Amino acid sequence: MNEIAAQHPFLVVVLPKVVILLFLLLTSLAYLTWFERKVVAHIQSRWGPYRVGPHGLMQPLADGLKFLFKEDVTPAGSDKFTYFLAPFLALSLATTSIAVIPFGPKGLTIFGQPTPTGITNLNIGLLIIFAITSMAVYGVALAGWSSNSKYPLLGGLRSSAQMISYELALTMSVVGVILMAGTFNLSEIVTAQQGFMWGFVPRWNLIAAPMPQILGFLLFATAAVAETNRAPFDLAEAESELVAGFHTEYSSFKFAMFFMAEYSSMITVSCLATILFFGGWLSPFPQTPMFAWSHYIPTAAFAIAGLALIAHGVRYITIWGRMVLPVLGLVMVALGILFSRPGVIDLVQGPFWFLLKIAVFLFIYVWVRGTLPRFRYDQLMNFGWKVLLPFSILNVVITSLAIVWTHR
Amino acid sequence: MITPQIAVFLVLAAVVVAGALNLILQRHPIHSALSLIVVMVALAGLYLLQGAEFVAAVQIIVYAGAIMVLFIFVIMVLNAGAEECANVSRWARFVGVPLGVVFLVEVAYWIGRSTSGLAPGPSETVSTRDLSTLLFRDYVFPFELTSFLILIALLGAIVLARREESN
Repeated sequence: MNEIAAQHPFLVVVLPKVVILLFLLLTSLAYLTWFERKVVAHIQSRWGPYRVGPHGLMQPLADGLKFLFKEDVTPAGSDKFTYFLAPFLALSLATTSIAVIPFGPKGLTIFGQPTPTGITNLNIGLLIIFAITSMAVYGVALAGWSSNSKYPLLGGLRSSAQMISYELALTMSVVGVILMAGTFNLSEIVTAQQGFMWGFVPRWNLIAAPMPQILGFLLFATAAVAETNRAPFDLAEAESELVAGFHTEYSSFKFAMFFMAEYSSMITVSCLATILFFGGWLSPFPQTPMFAWSHYIPTAAFAIAGLALIAHGVRYITIWGRMVLPVLGLVMVALGILFSRPGVIDLVQGPFWFLLKIAVFLFIYVWVRGTLPRFRYDQLMNFGWKVLLPFSILNVVITSLAIVWTHR
Repeated sequence: MITPQIAVFLVLAAVVVAGALNLILQRHPIHSALSLIVVMVALAGLYLLQGAEFVAAVQIIVYAGAIMVLFIFVIMVLNAGAEECANVSRWARFVGVPLGVVFLVEVAYWIGRSTSGLAPGPSETVSTRDLSTLLFRDYVFPFELTSFLILIALLGAIVLARREESN
């Protein structure tokens, strides 16, 4: 096997990684919709999906099947080629950017071939992500234009103007981080954040010397919500004004592709925020003997969650739930025990912290959507050009001055 | 001998030429703009093949991601429809086409002559650090001069586009 891997590293190592990551990404997209509906429901004092499977856990599957079997309508007078191209463009661009995200510290070794955790590790990883994000507007704009309908056209126009405006602020807000790390390589940006101040405060870019990037992070988070067309900046699909905005005329799986693209770019942006400002896969605890217990946090988290699931599951309303939930709990406990084994414990540290931070960001995304009212369009434009952009330039100037000052 | 590099180059070059041809042959402005985006992205691939990774990324961010979005935006706002095919004048048919062919052959000949003796370029990638050292230290004066020119052009455009205020 090792010889085959050495001869065809692409087929044996890279391709399986791509397939596995794509599978994981699409599954988490599906369950992100469930997560969002649940969280927004609880914010609004509702229950959210509850009927399909215990706690609505099978809801994404049911939704997916429903999308597949719905009639696929093409509106009369639409531009056929562009109408078909737009959802493909949106989804493929949104999923591509996950390829440069590093999920863990050390490379893996598969069949004797060293390979990075994540699909690839590029010198210009950050730029590639921005390049792909800057192309993402075409999916929305073309969908709006090709539908041959008023509301989608307005949604597409709004979206292209909005994305151009906020892309500037988004890119400028991370310049501070790039200045501090001195590289575009996402892995190196994370490793530059290693170490601790006064022994216990992690030197993540958010709070690190010489210039804490708190302003940069706030700007990035705001611009990122706008860039992914999410509430309160979802003017492109404002349902109270534009029916459903740019995807009004889309049905069946083409609509689902826009949906998946939106959630996929949410995940990418959360990954980026984690890597740039919150130390990526780095643990918030120092790697000293005094904090050796922190290596067992993944184990403890999974075991406690699993036990809670078992305790809750045996008292669930339906028989189906009483069978499934305890089994899920047992699987989580087993995973927790597996994570404390000598060979595995070091391997799971990076991905565990990384995924935990991403989950926090995704929760904040949903929280913001459930809490804030939508902006008016002129407010949106004024905010982007007159607040975000000047402050992001200010952040660049201050950070450069601080770096020059400390390097003197 | 076709190495992977040459194969990728041939594919990208074919995409560039096909996209450029499609750009002028399409009747509808949006389709032309889409072909132009394809050309831009394929050109970025060619830059990447030459080891200019920063230039490739910036090509996509600036041209494909910002300027072409503005094109599409303007086409959408104006709601430009498909264009009629104009009658080709006799002059264009009998003088223009042969002259165009002659020009093409001439350009191909001189490009072939001037590059036939060239050694292959350096295979290692140019780091962003080297590039910025060149831009912001060695050639900082021309660089700033260029940005100044662009700023003047921008201001000029704003002045020209501004509506006269009626008193």
